[in-house]
Amino acid sequence: MALDRLFNLVFDLATTISILALVSLGLAVIFGMRGVINLAHGEFIMLGAFATLTGTRSGLNVWLAMAVAAAAVGLFGIAVERLLIRRLYGRLADTMLATWGLSLIMVQAVENRYGSVTEGIPVPVGNFTVGEFSMSKYNFVLIAAGAAGVLATYTIMRRTRYGLMARATTQSTTMAEGLGVNTSGVNMWTFGLGSALAGAAGALLAPVVGVIPTMGQTYVARAFMTVIVGGPSFVAGTVSASGLMGFIENAGTNWFTPVIGQAMLLMAAIVILRFLPQGLTGTRLRR
Amino acid sequence: MSPQRTSAHRRSCPTWAGLIAAALALALLAASCGDDDTDDPAPAAAPEQEGTAAEPDGTPDPETAPGDDPEEAPTTDTSDAGEEPEEAPEPGETAPETGEPIRVGSLLDETGPLNIYGTPMVDATRLAIDDINAKGGVLGRQLELVALDSKSDQSEYIAGADRLVAEDLVVVHAGITSASREAIRPIFGEADLLYFYNVLYEGGVCDRNTFATGVVPTQQMQVLIPWTIENIGPRLYVLAADYNYGQISADWVREYAAEHGGEVVGEDFFPLDVAEFGTTISEVQSASPDAVVSLLVGGAHISFYSQYAAAGVNAEIPIVSTTFGLGNEQVVLDAASSEGIIVAYPYFEELDNPTNAEFTAAWHAEYGEDYPYITDLAVYAWEGWHLWAAAVEAAGTTDREAVIAQLESGVGFDSPKGHVTLDGGTHHLIQPVSLASANDSNGFDVIETFENIPPTFEQQTCDLIANPDTDEQFTP
Repeated sequence: MALDRLFNLVFDLATTISILALVSLGLAVIFGMRGVINLAHGEFIMLGAFATLTGTRSGLNVWLAMAVAAAAVGLFGIAVERLLIRRLYGRLADTMLATWGLSLIMVQAVENRYGSVTEGIPVPVGNFTVGEFSMSKYNFVLIAAGAAGVLATYTIMRRTRYGLMARATTQSTTMAEGLGVNTSGVNMWTFGLGSALAGAAGALLAPVVGVIPTMGQTYVARAFMTVIVGGPSFVAGTVSASGLMGFIENAGTNWFTPVIGQAMLLMAAIVILRFLPQGLTGTRLRR
Repeated sequence: MSPQRTSAHRRSCPTWAGLIAAALALALLAASCGDDDTDDPAPAAAPEQEGTAAEPDGTPDPETAPGDDPEEAPTTDTSDAGEEPEEAPEPGETAPETGEPIRVGSLLDETGPLNIYGTPMVDATRLAIDDINAKGGVLGRQLELVALDSKSDQSEYIAGADRLVAEDLVVVHAGITSASREAIRPIFGEADLLYFYNVLYEGGVCDRNTFATGVVPTQQMQVLIPWTIENIGPRLYVLAADYNYGQISADWVREYAAEHGGEVVGEDFFPLDVAEFGTTISEVQSASPDAVVSLLVGGAHISFYSQYAAAGVNAEIPIVSTTFGLGNEQVVLDAASSEGIIVAYPYFEELDNPTNAEFTAAWHAEYGEDYPYITDLAVYAWEGWHLWAAAVEAAGTTDREAVIAQLESGVGFDSPKGHVTLDGGTHHLIQPVSLASANDSNGFDVIETFENIPPTFEQQTCDLIANPDTDEQFTP
């Protein structure tokens, strides 16, 4: 195989994996830390994309607009946690119903505000050529952002005081409270962090996808699949599941057709969950 | 650490069961919204299986339809239509006296994901009814519209169609997706209620009670493919949505390409929720065709155009399409991603003719100067109503048989897109098709207009004048 084709394949693969990691990380944090299944996750991504559009349109630099969008979605997540999720911890079905309802409201609210079609933003960087292949430089941004998102989440959870308290709250809320941890506050920040990560994913995707109110649906199923396959250790799980699923999808698309690529992705998820019902990182905890 | 770890594990078990339950719930949701998902991008053409599947389930027994009692109809409140008149007609009052309004119906997706297609059609419907009424109505009588919202929901279509049948109407213009059309077409057929389907679709419907004003693939392809081969080059790479509209259209690309000395050098089909096209863009570059023919549809597929432009390939290999713009893709994308894409549709807002100038002026007067874009679909709705009105005027009655006879005699209309003629044998339109190139201001520059393009495939397969009892959808 020619070197340019090889580079092109690896570059595509890295991009796919990064996008999967980006759209899954927020969901993984919220689920992994708090056991809340956020069915509005796709809509948080959508909100991040629309916030980026609004930011650039009101004159912000596009990178700044993305950062602001992520922060704004994080704040929105905190508000949602205080008003809605806080009352529902431990009630799995109720959180699912509430967040699904929230997702419907968010789609309609955005549509009322922006209309069903709204103008997108241009890709902020150009393209480059390797051999006979022309590729987008923006994919470097996506790859870097995927890696940065994973590292940042890991660092926050392992190296900060909040991370320590958040992990303590996850392991035993009662014990953490007994040791003086404000678990309610910790939960709020955890949900905010997950939301901000979803917002960042939407912001980063905004230039390369069609930004429409229903775009969340495209990503939510994929994010759920990655989180389930990843298993309970959510940072390692997201990385390994994104890598595996991205590889399978890309390989299927490349060697066969996009339809088979999608089918292989779903088949792989089924097979993995059949033999590793706890996900890829599940066995580590079982020992 | 180990005790905590164990406890964490114990906790995590039910939670994981929960997540799997969530995934199942999501799958169920996806399945129940399956119609929406599938149709969302495919206003005109839903998978065939869905359409046929909807038929047996969806067609209610006319005996049990609420149509038997007109008084009861408004209480079966399945849909809140703002326009709907409160009082039901007196039973037995089927032939209103002269001077009373003529009651007509419409059933379109005004809300939900399909409203990117439905909203302009609803607006066009209101404008058409107002226009006909302002010009003195039909047979000297005003039109009274019963407009229902199908909410992008297949079951609302069936309920809405039953309700319209109960409303004592003389004609119904309804349906956006092919799945919705196949669900409601038999209901109107059973009820002998004249039915217009005003949407671009995959073609082939042959049914005496149904008139389809939308453009069909052969009409777009016979203009687009020869032009592309002549002006861009003979080697084509086809990217299509993976269901009947995409598959059928891809077949037509191959056929027209072969006929005009071109060839299809690559072909890829995509499930409707694919939003990442990196691998495909590389494969297109490897094949280095002269042009990419895009038959992609829907929200997720819009991403293809931005990713193609981001990789810089659009400068080397241009895109031609029969679907780009249908959902206002040229508005959703930034100008750099859409500029230069060549499309073929009957109507563009930019068409330069006096009828269109009048039409767009009336539209903007009613709906504001900042209306995003008057879509091709909106104009089918406008034409459908005017063609029906013209046929009723010519027939001198709203009686279904007389109106069908008039429509089949080849009634014509000066539409904003140019002159259209109803093709009596096929119940489709012979209409102009224009080629245009997306410009840098979220609109199109018209390149050339081709007049009187016939629905070729329908003419080969369907002749309702010779065989009025035909009732099926032909596929190539």
